[in-house]
Amino acid sequence: MTDAISSFGAVGRPVSIHTDDAAKARLKGRYRTETWFKWLGAAAVALAGLFLVLLLSTIVTQAIPALRQNYVTLPIDLSAAKVDPAKLDEVNYDAIAQEALTAKFPDVTSRQDKRLLRGLISTGTGVFLRKDIAADPGMLGGTVDYAVPLDDFADLYLKGLLADVGSDEAISTTVTPSQTSGDIDLTFGDDAMLALARGHGATEGENGMLTLTSGASSLLVAFNGGTVKLTALSPAANGTVIAKGTVIEALDSTAPAASGQAFLRVIETPEASRKISDKMIVWLDRLKSAGLIESRFNSIFFFTGASREPELAGVWGAVVGSFLTMIVTLAIAFPIGVSAAIYLEEFAPKNRLTTMIEVNINNLAAVPSIVFGLLGLAVFLNFFGMPRSAPVVGGMVLALMTLPIIIIASRASLRAVPPSIREAALGIGASKVQTVFHHVLPLAMPGIMTGTILGMAHALGETAPLLMIGMVAFIVDIPGGFTDPATILPVQIFMWADFPEAGFQQKTSAAILILLVFLVIMNAIAVILRRRFERRW
Amino acid sequence: MKKFLLTASAAALALAASAGYAAARDQIQIVGSSTVFPFTTAVAEKLGQSGKIKTPVVESTGTGGGMKLFCQGVGENTADFTNASRAIKDSELKTCKANGVTPVEIKVGFDGIVLANSKAGTVVDLTKEQIFKALAKNVAVDGKVVPNPYKNWSDVDSSLPATKIEVLGPPPTSGTRDAFVELVMDAACQEEVKAANEKGCGEIREDGAFVEAGENDNLIVQKLEANPNAFGVFGFSFLDQNADKLQGHKVDGVEPTFENIASGDYGVSRSLFVYAKKEHVGVIPGMQEFIAEYTSDAAWGPDGYLADKGLIPLPDAERAKWAENAKALKGMGS
Repeated sequence: MTDAISSFGAVGRPVSIHTDDAAKARLKGRYRTETWFKWLGAAAVALAGLFLVLLLSTIVTQAIPALRQNYVTLPIDLSAAKVDPAKLDEVNYDAIAQEALTAKFPDVTSRQDKRLLRGLISTGTGVFLRKDIAADPGMLGGTVDYAVPLDDFADLYLKGLLADVGSDEAISTTVTPSQTSGDIDLTFGDDAMLALARGHGATEGENGMLTLTSGASSLLVAFNGGTVKLTALSPAANGTVIAKGTVIEALDSTAPAASGQAFLRVIETPEASRKISDKMIVWLDRLKSAGLIESRFNSIFFFTGASREPELAGVWGAVVGSFLTMIVTLAIAFPIGVSAAIYLEEFAPKNRLTTMIEVNINNLAAVPSIVFGLLGLAVFLNFFGMPRSAPVVGGMVLALMTLPIIIIASRASLRAVPPSIREAALGIGASKVQTVFHHVLPLAMPGIMTGTILGMAHALGETAPLLMIGMVAFIVDIPGGFTDPATILPVQIFMWADFPEAGFQQKTSAAILILLVFLVIMNAIAVILRRRFERRW
Repeated sequence: MKKFLLTASAAALALAASAGYAAARDQIQIVGSSTVFPFTTAVAEKLGQSGKIKTPVVESTGTGGGMKLFCQGVGENTADFTNASRAIKDSELKTCKANGVTPVEIKVGFDGIVLANSKAGTVVDLTKEQIFKALAKNVAVDGKVVPNPYKNWSDVDSSLPATKIEVLGPPPTSGTRDAFVELVMDAACQEEVKAANEKGCGEIREDGAFVEAGENDNLIVQKLEANPNAFGVFGFSFLDQNADKLQGHKVDGVEPTFENIASGDYGVSRSLFVYAKKEHVGVIPGMQEFIAEYTSDAAWGPDGYLADKGLIPLPDAERAKWAENAKALKGMGS
């Protein structure tokens, strides 16, 4: 009692170890720790969220251009003189399409320029034409307007991804050409052009002469129905400027263009550092202003197989390959995995052997996936002599990889079924097998399904195990069966990321997006199954 | 549920069993170098588009891996062609022969190995000796072989910028690395280093100045863009396709351009090969069509579609010679 008396404080209230100053400080400290922890947790979530948003937004913004493809509509001559209906397979459709394009530009005559011009349309044009004619022979016999996909560089330029296209402004002075074609002189009414050329990387020479090399921005002057590319400028009498230029598109006349009638187009990216030349840009702009170019939903990307040309490359082959592989994986891993789980959980005696097996299954779930690929190579390909690059082998390898995940998940959900269910079933005379299959398994099924779907989603994203069995390959034909060579979505992404052509960058992101959509769908199904069918006891 | 499980497992077993008896292969299989991969795939696709045969399947396994698969033997389960970014080695040819494989060699073109950096970085003019000094594991300083002491480019040669030596390049498994070592490191090897260790010339420093950036050349391009002071070592086709972001540097005074590599003036270039399996001609459909397509002027000629993909064509006379050899299926060592 003496202790209690001495612990009364100055104000007369009892002071215990729970209320004295030290306790208050401790309490404050505890609250502080809690606040800290809450904030840290929130910060961790926010950081993770930030990274996710960053990742997704980069992929989405990169992928968006790949969802559309530019087409140019050309009048294709399919009259009997060009296409013999009896010999449809021997016709050079590419040449017919190229002729239709060059006919649009009668003033392009040199061999080199024609080659550049032909390069504007996709090299796959002939293939599309042949296919469409085979599907609709009614096209034959006359001239049809046919939309031809543009080549990847032309397509990227029109999407604004290849060159930094600057201003397109009216020139506020007169422009007088010396000729209508070839290398010509242009006279500008004032010297505003000089400052402009200096600002765009022109090289200073003698007597104030400015040279625009291929390392400087391109200055294109459009007037009198044509376009001239400036190559050099020098000041002349009366404050005028004489510019040397190359005509890209012939002018109608040598009449001077009044102030505001000529337009200056600046392509900021120097010609030397882009994959599309000034000529191609001018031609494309002409086609565009004629209303012949149209941006369409990129059905090629979604419904064709792989290709080395970015504008012809599609994911369908990989999607079908992934689907076939997943079917094999599911058909093998699910029954074996669930059976193994049921036996281990419900029937197997608990002894050293089953403990060993259990440890091994858990270990197997953590083995790096490439090891399963090596196993597949050694056993399935070399020993059983199965075909390379086939979904059946890929599916079997991935099944081995998913098996431990399914077994672990299934065992966990079987264990979660309360013993009272089993006891009740056994109590009214059901056999062990009847108990398991009529009562325990149906109740454990939502959990098993969830585990399986998550395992499959994991398998869908794997590339490493398939490297060894030849599924990381360039495969154009869309697989028609389990033994046809096939590739899968993540492999397609990996390969596109490795191709040098700039057009594949967008395709890579778009393919990642498709893979993510599939994964989200699978995970959503898993969540729905769990929510709807899960029982709690 | 029981029924479902039983049918599912039966189906799985049936599937596994049926796959064991694979039908006769009617599609060409190609393995090998990742450098030749972009060209061979283009040829394969063209051939498939023509509708004559099924599009060949092309895998990128690296030159060495491809040779292993190719020389494994004759039969449906072995590859029909292999790509190589160097000529077949004697040891590989021996393995091939021992397994009854007769390779038909086709030299398809050249590839230059370039040293490039971001357009934002400085332009330098290097010699092979300077590159050796900057990248070798051991160099000779005052007649003594010591671990590479150079930190900055200016330490190697006072004419070079005072920036840190930072070079991204391919790992030792890559054919590009083999060729780089052979064409630059071995060629410019210092006598003292060679005397000290027979293999010392090919050893590249491991102290962080040379970063092995993996087989993915696109990754190197992206890293160079982010770091203007770093240099990258990769094939010419990547420089060609990324001309808007990267600049190549002169080696021994010669710029890495299409023309200079084709003419042989640019010193760091190598030949690319495709090997066909003679035994499979007539067994696997399309072998001859594939060889004919690859060696047609529309493909590997100066104006062919492979040149658009960055392959540097052989001179006319050499092309004609190799095309004839290929057509006649002249096997090696027979």
